[in-house]
Amino acid sequence: MSTWLDRFCEWLKVTPFSVALQSTSWAVPLIQTIHILAIGAVIGSGLMIALRSLGWVAPDQTLANANLRFLRVIWWSLPVLALSGALMISAEPARSLENPAFWLKMLLLFLSTAVSLGYQTPLKRDPEFWELSQGRRRVGQLIAFVSLALWVGVIFSGRWIAYVEAS
Amino acid sequence: MFSLDELLHTLKETGFATAIRENGSLFPWLESVHVLGVTALIGCIGLLELRLIGLISLSRPVSRVLKDVLPLTWAAFAVSVVSGFFLFASNAPTYATNAFFLGKVVLLAGAGLNAFGFHAFVERSIAKWDSAARTPLPARLSGVFSLVMWLGIVVCGRWVGFTLVPIP
Repeated sequence: MSTWLDRFCEWLKVTPFSVALQSTSWAVPLIQTIHILAIGAVIGSGLMIALRSLGWVAPDQTLANANLRFLRVIWWSLPVLALSGALMISAEPARSLENPAFWLKMLLLFLSTAVSLGYQTPLKRDPEFWELSQGRRRVGQLIAFVSLALWVGVIFSGRWIAYVEAS
Repeated sequence: MFSLDELLHTLKETGFATAIRENGSLFPWLESVHVLGVTALIGCIGLLELRLIGLISLSRPVSRVLKDVLPLTWAAFAVSVVSGFFLFASNAPTYATNAFFLGKVVLLAGAGLNAFGFHAFVERSIAKWDSAARTPLPARLSGVFSLVMWLGIVVCGRWVGFTLVPIP
């Protein structure tokens, strides 16, 4: 990959912060644990939204209510994921930044975030936007499941970072 | 009679375990499914435990949250256990001597006993406190205990990956 990225990784790897992370044996597994728990919050919330849109869970609650509650959990999980992810990159820069699996993960993350924004934006004006007609309901269900599938892709490509050779 | 050690070695030498060990991509695929199962499990059971503890969904009956979350949790658990078994089989004798793997199994048993205890005893009186924001102490304790177990399971699971030394 490009040389400026090589240079960045080389530089980051020898910063005192990165060295401290590398020399602390429990740092990376602990950060990974936090990362996994935050992904758990996203997947649990994504499942609730998608299944509520089908009416399979929480029939006592409106879809608008489920959207409001669980989208918030997803948005709050993102900074936790970003921060723990940044720490993992700091500990082993080239392992991720020069790894195609990492960039696939980032692409899927970007897409799922874009899809979630597309789902949420009309809800700001009208919390029942995705329930106003049969057609909208279908589109809403589709978006909810596409977003969930993208997150599954994020998990899979994330795990593959450990196995794909960094170039 | 088989000794446990022989059993573990037999498991390791089975066709599927050998395939997982020797094929470069089977292990990471299984691991990905395992992580998906575990994250889905934690995300779902967390909703129930946090309701029991009194932190979220306070306007919803506990039985309703239970009904939403339990089938998903069981499905995620099944995915985790099956994928986990295949990962274990690929190097059974090594995993069986790893302290974090054994810790994970103990915590899993703890979570299982807690779930049994909840359904067998705590849930019996649910009609009395179903809609209460503040559930009885045993229900709250069960929620906290479960969260601690599952947190420990994720911690141990992650540490297994960093401490596993393959036995030739």
